Order: sequence, then C-alpha cells, then structure tokens
Amino acid sequence: MNEETVLHTGTELVIPHDAVHHDGHHEHHQSFITKYVFSQDHKMISKQFLITGMVWAVLGGLMSVLFRLQLGFPDTSFPILETLLGKWAKGGHIDPEAYYALVTMHGTIMIFFVLTAGLSGTFANFLIPLQVGARDMASPFLNMLSYWFFFSASIVMLSSLFVETGPFSGGWTAYPPLSALGSASPGSKEGMDLWLIAMALFVVSSLLGGLNYISTILNMRTKGMSMTRLPLTIWGLFFTAILGVLSFPVLLSGFILLIFDRNFGTSFYLSDIFINGVGALPNEGGNAILYQHLFWFLGHPEVYIVILPGMGIVSEIMSINSRKPIFGYTAMVASLFAIAILSFLVWAHHMFVTGMNPFLGSIFVLLTLLIAVPSSIKVFNWITTLWRGNIRFTPAMLFSIGFVSMFISGGLTGIWMGNSAIDIHIHDTYFIIAHFHLVMGVAAMFGMFAGVYHWFPKMYGRFMNNNLAYIHFWISMIGAYVIFWPMHYEGLAGMPRRYYDYSNWESFKQFAELNKVISFTAIVVFAAQILFLLNFFYSIWKGRKVTTLNPWSANTLEWTTPIHAGHGNWEGEIPEVYRGAYDYGKEGIDFIPQNVPLGADEKTH
Amino acid sequence: MSTFFIIAVIVLVFLIIFQIAKASEYVAVLKGEEKARKDNNKVNGFFMIAFLIAGLIAVYYCNDALYGKTLMVHESASTQGDEVDHMIWVTLILTGIVFLITQILLFWFAYKYQESPKRKAFYFPHNNKLEAIWTIVPTLVLTILIVIGLRNWFAFTGEAPKNAMEIEVIGKQFNWIFRYPGNDGVFGKKYYKMIDATNSLGMNWHDSASIHVTDDPAAHDDIILEQGTVYMVKNKPTKFIIGSRDVVHDVGLPWFRLKMDAVPGTPTTLWLTPKFTTKEMIEKTGNPNFAYEISCDQICGQGHYSMRGVIMVVTQPEFDEWMAKQKPAYYAAYPDKDPANMKPAVPVATDSSKATASVIQAPSKKLLRQSPSNKF
Repeated sequence: MNEETVLHTGTELVIPHDAVHHDGHHEHHQSFITKYVFSQDHKMISKQFLITGMVWAVLGGLMSVLFRLQLGFPDTSFPILETLLGKWAKGGHIDPEAYYALVTMHGTIMIFFVLTAGLSGTFANFLIPLQVGARDMASPFLNMLSYWFFFSASIVMLSSLFVETGPFSGGWTAYPPLSALGSASPGSKEGMDLWLIAMALFVVSSLLGGLNYISTILNMRTKGMSMTRLPLTIWGLFFTAILGVLSFPVLLSGFILLIFDRNFGTSFYLSDIFINGVGALPNEGGNAILYQHLFWFLGHPEVYIVILPGMGIVSEIMSINSRKPIFGYTAMVASLFAIAILSFLVWAHHMFVTGMNPFLGSIFVLLTLLIAVPSSIKVFNWITTLWRGNIRFTPAMLFSIGFVSMFISGGLTGIWMGNSAIDIHIHDTYFIIAHFHLVMGVAAMFGMFAGVYHWFPKMYGRFMNNNLAYIHFWISMIGAYVIFWPMHYEGLAGMPRRYYDYSNWESFKQFAELNKVISFTAIVVFAAQILFLLNFFYSIWKGRKVTTLNPWSANTLEWTTPIHAGHGNWEGEIPEVYRGAYDYGKEGIDFIPQNVPLGADEKTH
Repeated sequence: MSTFFIIAVIVLVFLIIFQIAKASEYVAVLKGEEKARKDNNKVNGFFMIAFLIAGLIAVYYCNDALYGKTLMVHESASTQGDEVDHMIWVTLILTGIVFLITQILLFWFAYKYQESPKRKAFYFPHNNKLEAIWTIVPTLVLTILIVIGLRNWFAFTGEAPKNAMEIEVIGKQFNWIFRYPGNDGVFGKKYYKMIDATNSLGMNWHDSASIHVTDDPAAHDDIILEQGTVYMVKNKPTKFIIGSRDVVHDVGLPWFRLKMDAVPGTPTTLWLTPKFTTKEMIEKTGNPNFAYEISCDQICGQGHYSMRGVIMVVTQPEFDEWMAKQKPAYYAAYPDKDPANMKPAVPVATDSSKATASVIQAPSKKLLRQSPSNKF
C-alpha cells in the first residue's frame, strides 16, 4: 500500500468525493468552506496556524509594549492606556492587577499560542508532507481538528481578557495557591477558569497535531527517503512532536488537579492557608510544590518544543544559503536527540530554591549543564557550515544567522542559571528574563521569521519584499540586543522580575533611565514587526511572482511540486529520493536535489 | 489630539518606508535578479561585520555604564555570597571567552564568505576530529563548573552550625512577619486556624478543642515582629525557617546573594552568616538610605512588588540591647497577662517578676538552643 492509497482511504471516510481524484489536485471542486475554513489540506492548515499565530503575536507583543510603558515611565500618564484598558488604567496608569494580567498573558500567549502552535503548527504542517514526500498528513481529519481545537482554545483565552475580574494574573506558570484561590487574586477567579479551559483545549490540539506529525514522519516517507536522508527541519519537528506528546499530558494532569482544588474542594496543592479577608481555609495536607513538578515536567521540554523547530529550520536555511552541506549531519541529528532526551531530565532546575532536597537538586545541576554539550555542538556546526561557503544573504539567511547569535548569547547564560549555587542568587531576577528571551524568545521568533521568509514562495507563489525584510531584520536584531542585553546587569543587581514599580526599592531603583531606554526600544521593535506583517499580507496578493519551481536552488522535495501545489502536492507520481538533503557544492556541482539519482561514479558520504 | 498626531506620523513613516521598499524592489527587478542579489549581499555582508564591531563596542560601553549599578561592585554581605560571587566570576570568564570566539567567528565568517563568483563553496560535510574536539572541550569545562557549583551548593544547603541563631520568616500578602523563639529558645507551636487579628501567626496561645489545639506555654514568650524589620547579628550564623501564610512567596536577599521560597504548609530553611552591619554597609556603599532589603521574588498577587522587608544587621551588644526591649507577642494579644500591666494592680505576682527578670537577663544565650517546631 503506497502513500497515495493511505491518504485517500483516510480522506474517503470524511469527504467521500475527494477519493474520486487520484492526482490529488481537485481544488476547483471545493467550496470556500472546505478550501479555506474546514480544510484538510496540510498546506492550508499550516497557513491557518500561521495567521492565527500572527494575530496572537500582535496581541502578545502589544501587551509587552503596554507593560513596558509602565516599567519605563511609571510616573507618566498615557491617556491612550485608559482608552484601551478602561477601568484597568484609570488616569492613564496601568493598575497593578492589570500589569500582572498583562505580564501573565504575554507569557502564556507567546510561549503557547505563538511559539508552540504558531511555530510548530505552521512548519510541521507545511513541511512534513512536502519534505518527506507525502500527499498529506497521516490523518488530514485529525489535523484539521488540531487546528480547530487550537482555534477554540484561542477564543476561550481571548474571551478571558474581557471578564469583569480580568484575565489570569498569577504568572504564566500559574503556581498554586495563587492560581487556585480567587480570594488571593482577582485574576484567579473566572479569568483562571477560562485560562485552564483554554489550556486544556490547547493540549488536545497539540496532541492531535503531534501524533499526526510523528506517524506521518515514520510511515509516509516516499520511496528512498530513509530516516537518515531526512532534512534537519523534519528531524527538529519530529523531536518536537515527541516531546509534546510525552509531556503535554503531564501538564494536563497537573491542570486537572488544579481544577479539582479550585472547584471541588480537594487539597492536592493546598495546605495551611489563611487568606486576608476570608480566613483560614479547610484544606490541609496538600503540597504546592507538587504542581511545580508537574508543570515543569512539561515546562522544560516546552522550551525545547519552542526551539527545536527553529534549529531545524535554521540548519536547512544555512546550508542552502551557504551553498554547502550542513556540517556534521549525523552530529546534528544526534545532538537534537540528546537535547530531546535530556529535556525530560532537567525540569527541577526551575525549582532549585523551592526547598527541594539538595541532593536531588545536584542531580539536576549535572543533567542541566550536560545540555550545554549538544547545544555547543550545534553552534559550532552552524558556524562551520558558514566557513568557506558562498553565502547568500536572503532575509531567511539573515534571520538564521541572527538565530545562532541569539542562541549563543542566551544559551551561555543558561550555564550560569543551571548551576544551582549561582541560581540561588539570580533566580527570578531580570537575569532570567534576559536569558530566556534571548535563547528561546527572540531565537525562536527568528527561526520562525527565517522559515516564513524562506517558504513564503512555496506557500503563496510569491516573494516577500526583500528590502522591508532587511529593515525588519536589522531593527529586530539590534533592538533585541538593546532590550535584553542590559537586563543581565539588572539581574546582577538582584532586581526581581514581575515587579510593577521599583521606585520604593533602595536596591533596585538605580535603573530608571535604563528602563526608559528598554521600553523605547521595545516600541520601535514592535513597530518593525508590524512592518513584517504589512509585508506579509501585501505580498500574499501583490508580491513579486515566483517564476521558477526552485527559487532558492534547494535540494528538498517541496521545490519539486508545482508553484501552486494543490491538495496532494504532486501532480503525478511522488518523486523518489536517492540522496540526503545536503548535496550542495558536491564535486563542483552547485546543488543536487534529493530526487536526482546517484551518478555512476559519484561518491556517497 | 496629540495622540492622533502621533498615530498619523507613525502611519506616514510606515507608508514612506513601504513605498521606498517597493520602489527599490522594482529597481531590483529591472537590474536583474543576479545583480540585485549581489548588491544585497554586499550591503548585508558589510552590516554583518559592522554589527559585530559596533556590537562589541556597545557591549563595552554598556558595561561601563551599568557595571557600577550591579552588586558586582559591592562585596557580598554574607560569607556564602562570597562563594556565589566567586563562581559568577569563573563562569563569566569561561562563558565570556566562548561568547567572544563564537560571535566573532559567526559574523566574521558571514562577512568573509559572502557570495563571490570567484570562489566555490568548499564541500565539507563532516570531520570527526573537529566534532570530537568540540564535544570533549565543553564537557571538560562544564565538569569544572559542576564541581565548583556542587561543592558550594552542598555548603549552602547543608546543616546550619550548631550555634546558629534561628529566626522564623513568614510571608503573607503582602508583607513579612518574623519570629524569635523568646527566652526559652523554643519556637512555640502554632496552627494556621488559630490566626486572627491579634494572632498573626496562629500561635497556640489557648486551648481550642474544636480544632484540637492545646495551649503551648512555649508560645507565650515568642517575639513576633510585624513591622517588616528583623535584626541579625554580625558574624553570627543565622538560620531562617521560612514559611508562608497564604501563597508561595520567596525570601530574596540580594545583598547576601541568597534566596529561598516560602511555601504554605511546607517549611524551608536557609542559613547565612552576615559579614557587615547595616551601619558598615551605609559607609561602604556611601548610601545613607542603605538597607538590607528582603524582596519577594515569587509572584504572589497584585502587591508583589511592594512586599518589602528589611534586615538590620547589628553587633551582638546592640542586638542584646534591642532584644531586651522586645515584648512577647502573647502580652500584646492578652494585655491582662502582661506582668508589666499586672504589677501595680495585683501584689501577688510571683511568676510575673520571674518573667520580667528573665527578659532582662541576656536572652541571646537561650536563643542558641535549637528546637524547630512548626505545627503541633
């Protein structure tokens, strides 16, 4: 049974008329609803993920601009804030509850809705079938459900912004008892209920997507596409999906216990609590730290869920635009594998100062610092890929180089924080904000931008405007460093994160000027992202048309499909694969696509 | 009005950038794809090396401007913190070297190997020797860091010395409460359901059969401070027994380079030895308002940012003098039991005179005794 029949029997169950077409190219029969809304075409689903992710990115980014206004200019009144936030910003000053809600929602949105769904939802959907040589996902129907669960999660999360007591405001990690008790924080009332429902839907979406990605990669590779010939993008997305499938259920279990504590009077996380204005609660015997273990068992793999797709994308783009094979393909796969395994064994490094057993802590120090080894292998391999290449600075390539730079800067401070005896000082200060924004925030965003610029021609048959892309890149690159680099210094002053105002603190108030600079830069960088969006949407309809099948002279299979590929991707047979994805500059030939048979006297490496 | 003006300006700027970008794309199309790519490569290649150089200069100036505002210029105020500072320096130097090497190579290669028709890309798919080197070297470096780190970690989290003074620190929304064990050197039992307006920690001050609480005499002499300031003795190891009354807080001690979470229902501990009195720090920092601030480092609700405590580090005689003035919290809650109030009214006050006497006797000796007990 080849991939084609698998696909068509799969679809037949749902939309019988699809099975009539054997070439998998039947858009002309589709209604608007089946083509654009409840589409089962992985390419359309990926665009849905991407654009929904963009909407979230704008919201999440805007939230950071709003709370940066408070941090940079605590004494200035911004009437526009009252217009936007109403009672949450009376007199143009964000009030503390709204500030904490903004911080919390910024984290939740960016990590889950943008960098998980928006990033791997987009590229796993788009690239897996195209690059492994499949007509669609293993189950297009589940794939469609995955998007619509994400969409409903989005709607619920969005609606939580509008409830009277405000959205959840206890930090994206939602540690109980704060998140469990409405009486401890207004954000933990209806806002938290909606937050939990949205996250539960999100987990469902992520599982449906992840199972699909894994089974597609394992079962639906075209003839000749052995695992060791897979492009690194696919390896990155493969490990991402495995991490998600294994860790999201644990998060959900943690959430379910939290729901029980919130609504049904259980005491999984609650013990010995007296709330001002309420009195002593009946709960005894629970342990608040239990939640943190469950949360970070997802939470840590989650940061790799965010960064691994970027690593794959960057490896691919760097190789193409250096016109050289990626250096050390096997080592790149092995390091992805090592990172994936280790990511399950380091969760408690977020909890060094919770009072957990010091011996346990020491094991987590060891395993955490071990992750630096595969990470440094990746960095050195990327740099060696550039060495003696013939580099084309496409926008995607610039963002890939930016990714590596950010990953180095942010990754190295991981060695600081992973060592518990340093963490005990800089834990929960601005140092950690600088660290994770560089290494997984900005870097992952850069990976996403690289992917969008690189595969935009395949998605829409047009190019994005290069000059806007260059402006976008350089403002983002410089801006990201201006924003996050100085935060290391704030962290080394012990300045705690998630503070609404520092002016009453003798130890932390010396950074008022710096906070202004950071806030101003954040606004400029946000504006540059709007430029990207304008470019994106303008180019969908008005961009320069793609005229050749393979505009970047790349080796992977997606560039063998028609410029506007229909559902099913290839019009005739799916091409057969004879080689790995990185035969660039081999024996003097610029590039040899994967579907080109080996020459008679060609050496294999 | 000004808002509209600002928005109009922003929109205008966007439009201009957009139009220029579009126009230059047309120019690029006219020039031909090859030529346009060459131009773009040249410009971006130059920017790469310019970014590297300007970036490194900016790093220098950033350091110049901000270094003095960090704690790095102030010697740690605890002996434990000295080790943290030492580790930070070792880690900073090692990671700093890697940072410089990798960033310089990254941008320099990007600049140097930009596309040129004269050169062919070097086919270099892998090299086992190189890969072995950059697997083994980082592993060795990390081993050094792990060894130093764990040695310190076990020292920090190990048992406090026997002579350590014990202070209980309880976080609540949004301030800190401190407790000393009082004359008997024993922390009296407490239970959270005993908390009320006059009993902020829920001390077992009376029998309460419905919640199975019996009066604990050891709780009667405990000193409780609710004003957010706590006293410690210079050079004396001090062990904090940390808890929370409501949500998770964190005792953040930036000047001592330490912190520890305050978790409801699960006590944690942290010990340290302060090196300088507050007075000495005022001189050392040149800041007359200097205070050893306790910051809450774990988000705990809307007042999180204002949850400030202060540690006064004083000499032993100053501490003894201060402690002698403290009254057990029990007497504030039950003024009729306070010997000071009873003296004029009731002549037969045998045990009250004893209590007063023992307050005056050096209480610090009795504080040495170790006996942590938190719940009944």
